[in-house]
Amino acid sequence: MNYKAVVIGASAGGITALGKILPRLPLDFALPVLIVQHISPNSDNFMVRYFDRLCQLKVKEADEKEEIRPGTVYFAPPNYHLLVETDFTISLSVDERVNFSRPSIDVLFESAADAWCSHLIGIIITGASSDGSKGLRRIGKCGGLTIVQDPAEAESYMMPESAIKIANVDKILKLNEIADLLLQIHQQLRRDN
Amino acid sequence: MAISVKEHIDPVSESELIEIELFLQAIHMKFGYDFRNYGKAHIRRRIRHRMVASGFSSVSEMTHKLLYDSFFYQEVLQDLSITITEMFRDPEFYKAVRNEAVPFLKTYPFVKIWHAGCATGEEVYSMAILLLEEGLLNRVQIYATDFNQIALQKAKEGIYPIEKIREYTFNYQKSAGKSSFSEYYNALYGSVKMNESLKKNIVFADHNLVTDGVFGEMHLVICRNVLIYFDRDLQNKVINLFYESLIPGGMLCLGSKESLLFTDKATAFDTISEKEKIYRRKFIK
Repeated sequence: MNYKAVVIGASAGGITALGKILPRLPLDFALPVLIVQHISPNSDNFMVRYFDRLCQLKVKEADEKEEIRPGTVYFAPPNYHLLVETDFTISLSVDERVNFSRPSIDVLFESAADAWCSHLIGIIITGASSDGSKGLRRIGKCGGLTIVQDPAEAESYMMPESAIKIANVDKILKLNEIADLLLQIHQQLRRDN
Repeated sequence: MAISVKEHIDPVSESELIEIELFLQAIHMKFGYDFRNYGKAHIRRRIRHRMVASGFSSVSEMTHKLLYDSFFYQEVLQDLSITITEMFRDPEFYKAVRNEAVPFLKTYPFVKIWHAGCATGEEVYSMAILLLEEGLLNRVQIYATDFNQIALQKAKEGIYPIEKIREYTFNYQKSAGKSSFSEYYNALYGSVKMNESLKKNIVFADHNLVTDGVFGEMHLVICRNVLIYFDRDLQNKVINLFYESLIPGGMLCLGSKESLLFTDKATAFDTISEKEKIYRRKFIK
């Protein structure tokens, strides 16, 4: 499959879990990675700085109107929704909370599905929320690849379980298997191009 | 019938995009509000939300209702306008205003401030409180504008739900407020009403950034979290509008994720605070 982007939704336990995926992606990772991690509206950019130190990839807070590039990890800023435009630039919004969350995973996933359609990989990992389930369902309906962390492994099983219930998910995997799969896809894309 | 095959629907089919464009065109032609240069991802989300909430199966169906049902049109207008805000939103910003903008404003005998896109007014009252504490409120005129009449009416009333007060008090304290936030409102029946004395130098007025013109001779223009909804062309146009509205040396405050970077006035302002997005119109072009 000709994938063009990865979106990840994480909530409670997400920082530890992302720490098992993101550092394994190589500097020349073929896809952009956009992430909504639920976080307090008052937090600073510690998470971005932390992952930027930990990862080979460039990790940054998503900027308004920014062009989305491969090999970069974009985090939604605290207290803003992150949306993808169909010209593959970033939009931010302070629209009302969705599923009690701003940023909301559904908002990112649904707009990303509009932009990348079947070329999108959507991943839901640990969290005590149902945010992201509808978004993942939309990604699936558009023909994208839908992946959920195995609830048995997740620090909080609710979000993965909710996603499995609502979306017709392609794969239920452990974190190290998610990282393996992303690396396989990366290598495949590098071979094809 | 085989059900294992995934449906490969592309939800932003060309047709839906056309339908949305026509919907926005209809609003513009009939009512004069122009959302055509708003960011599309956001507009699409709001329109789909309305479609599902009102039980329509397509945007075109909604266009018909919009044209012939003025009550429905009002609902759509509220959907498309963002009124989410809070008192002392981004406390660090208000701290920066105290430290960076106030000393400059104090050098003038009379100060004009334009708060563009004020929505339901929370941030206008925040600024009024700050100016009162800095001894400036009695010599300022604040023009608080929005295109959304319902929001503007709420701003004028200055009545807010009491459950928000904890959050607002927290923000106020973090913003280096000099007094106690409870000094500035009266609580009754589950609401708080902002003190009348805060309002006396505020004029609330209908103004549309997309279609209306310059507000003259401003010392300070505040427009936060409005430009993020506009595309680059419209952002550029509105920044030019602010530039024209400011006196030389006047200050412009944007939202924490907004910047002048992509506009053709990027070099016409000096940066006072990059983090808090406070800029100053240069004296010489």
